[in-house]
Amino acid sequence: MELLKGGYKVENEAKMTQDEPDMPNMKVSIWRESNGDGRFEQYDVPAQENQTVLDVVAYVQQEIDPTLSYRFACRVGMCGSCAMMVNGAPRWTCRTHVSKVLDGNQLEVAPLRNLPVIKDLAADMDPFFDKWVAAEAVFHPSATRHDPMAAITPDDPQRLAASDAIECINCAVCYAACDVVAANSDYFGPAALNRSWSLVNDSRDAGQDLRMAAVASNGGCFNCHSQQGCVQYCPNELNPTLSIAGLKRAATKNIFGRGR
Amino acid sequence: MLNIHLYMAQRLSALIMAPLTIGHIAVMIYAVQGGLTVDEILSRTQGSLSWFLFYGSFVLAVAVHAAIGVRVISFEWVGVKGRALNGLTWLVFAGLLWLGARAVYAVTFAGAGV
Repeated sequence: MELLKGGYKVENEAKMTQDEPDMPNMKVSIWRESNGDGRFEQYDVPAQENQTVLDVVAYVQQEIDPTLSYRFACRVGMCGSCAMMVNGAPRWTCRTHVSKVLDGNQLEVAPLRNLPVIKDLAADMDPFFDKWVAAEAVFHPSATRHDPMAAITPDDPQRLAASDAIECINCAVCYAACDVVAANSDYFGPAALNRSWSLVNDSRDAGQDLRMAAVASNGGCFNCHSQQGCVQYCPNELNPTLSIAGLKRAATKNIFGRGR
Repeated sequence: MLNIHLYMAQRLSALIMAPLTIGHIAVMIYAVQGGLTVDEILSRTQGSLSWFLFYGSFVLAVAVHAAIGVRVISFEWVGVKGRALNGLTWLVFAGLLWLGARAVYAVTFAGAGV
């Protein structure tokens, strides 16, 4: 038994050595900001065969500088908390492998574009969610708990249109990717309008007139230039541009009194 | 910045411009092929209500369409906002309409020297 144990151990150690050869440290630039004063700082982080960008940020915070602030929660791509700019592009950092975004030996991590910074990598999400409300991307119930359940078949065209837009995790990657948001601070952005579109297709919703007025207003869907940065970077592979096109169509039909 | 009214005005003006542009190019090619002189062309257009409506509606559509386009670019790239943005939009509209109306008047009513 001892021999077997020993044999197993030696074999396992050999495997570990093979899987994790000596890899050079990565040069990681991380945006540090406090009270509006910001700059990139450099850190050496050990490279691993398998690691995410969030792992790198966590390493810096846990092993080098505990004052580094960043936001995360689930670590599995469900909560939408950990989005940051990685080498200039918005990414969900918990599901972004370093090997796919590393530029030579360099990694640059910054807070999300188009949002104010609270501290370091933590962006202030208030403007993002305020615009969800402004776009009427909120459900207006048409029934009470005493009414029967709405009967909606899975193949209902409205249900299918809603399903295409519904998997948004509110990560704000699309908002950071959008050049119209960068140029026009009034614009609601792809995520809010995508959510509005899923509610336009919700037959249980009683707020469609309010929603049509909101999406046709100055910050609404007609500001979209269909550049599709949101489509390119959405980690859940949604198509907010298509949703916004649906809103443009619906709002236009609405003013001609032809319904949605 | 761009609400449904401005958006619709720009799209509808594009809808008007597209067939008129094709018509204009077709007539130009026809006129060149036929070897018509300037005087011969003007003798056909001056006093013609049809050509006045043709080029008049084109000029109006251009003034609306371009003014809204310049408005968007000025806002997004130069940061012009509020009253200044509205003023610029109307100025571009009025300027293009004035220049275009002069040309339409010259071709369809007055002499070529206007």
